[in-house]
Amino acid sequence: MKAFALFKKDFKSEMRTRYAVNALAMFIVVTISVIFFSIGQERINESLTAGLFWVVIFFSAMSGLSRAFVSEEERGTNLTLQLIAGPSTVFTGKLLFNLILVFAMNIVIVVLYSLIFDAFVIKNMVLFVTSFILGNVGLAVSSTIIAAIISKAGAKGTLYPVLSFPILLPLILTSVQLTIFSIDGTKFEEAIVELMIVLSYDVIMIAVSYMLFDFIWKD
Amino acid sequence: MENNYTVEAINLKKVFGRRLIFKDLNYKFENNGIYGIAGANGSGKSTLVKIIAGVTAPSAGKLVHSFNDVVVKPESLHDHIGLVSPYLVLYDEFTAWENLSLFAEIRGVSFNKDKAGSILKDFNIYDRKDDYVKTYSSGMKQRLKFAFAFMHSPQMVILDEPISNLDNEGKETVYNLIRTESENAIIIIASNEDTDLNLCSSVITITDYKN
Repeated sequence: MKAFALFKKDFKSEMRTRYAVNALAMFIVVTISVIFFSIGQERINESLTAGLFWVVIFFSAMSGLSRAFVSEEERGTNLTLQLIAGPSTVFTGKLLFNLILVFAMNIVIVVLYSLIFDAFVIKNMVLFVTSFILGNVGLAVSSTIIAAIISKAGAKGTLYPVLSFPILLPLILTSVQLTIFSIDGTKFEEAIVELMIVLSYDVIMIAVSYMLFDFIWKD
Repeated sequence: MENNYTVEAINLKKVFGRRLIFKDLNYKFENNGIYGIAGANGSGKSTLVKIIAGVTAPSAGKLVHSFNDVVVKPESLHDHIGLVSPYLVLYDEFTAWENLSLFAEIRGVSFNKDKAGSILKDFNIYDRKDDYVKTYSSGMKQRLKFAFAFMHSPQMVILDEPISNLDNEGKETVYNLIRTESENAIIIIASNEDTDLNLCSSVITITDYKN
């Protein structure tokens, strides 16, 4: 309940400042436009479509998800938060906010991608939705804990994608493979290994994040 | 009203790199009353305040918060503490009232409108409670911080430079509030101002713990 109150605070704040939403929207539009114009009339295969799809997701996430903690640190309100909520409440509240943001962002990307790229036709929708949900959870959890780490650093903007890349790489590679499976119509049972990898990644990241956050959050 | 809250510093030490801030600090804050922390600029008053408030970890030693003889867990420390300090920042994009209401909700307690309203009235900013904090002057923001610190009736309130940015009327309101609230809570004042420290029954001088 406390975490939900914190989520509400962040949501209300975002609705008034539009900082993360604007950054994400601009990034999504720009990257998809660049890909669209660079491809031109050429038809790209499933692997390239899935790869570019996750490139857009990764860099869009990098442009907006760090705000959860960076904005608190930059404005100096992190001390206020420390005085009103425990570490687990803060992390859960921020994670909830980033989860909503990631899902909203990626739904927009899927819709735009489907409209623009002919090769992005999902043949196994159940597999796509499952991998989409698991992938987004992993992306949100990792992005949130990395945002907490880099918010204390000097060069936040540069550090965020640099630190995120190795941590998100296993998730992105597996998610790209699952997207290829969804496009080429691979059966759900044949993709179970990849789904288990993403599920394990999510569980590990959630557990590690809650264990580490107390140390990161306190000066 | 009896306050069974105690805070005991045991061999507390803080260093930043090679710079020693203080060491071997042993002290017990207990019963209701007003305690002071004195020291020159940069001596480490605010660092000690942050350690007592549980937002900064000491380099060595420990700080034990107890309520009714039960040790307070770090994750619930914020329920018992209030803080006013120059480095405390409230949310500019919300009104004063929204800030206080949101803080109560995040703390998981019901918003004590009467107490918050009464403090805002004492500080003459009640009429501006629905204005965004970004429109407030630094003195008004300082006044609002007192509502933030006291509205949940904590057992201990730490005031770091409590009268900074305040005019004479604001200072008098702060002193009256401290006198009233010290009957129910431990009040710790970190300051260089003689007028602040004169309120205290006991004063820690940081420089005494540097050697």
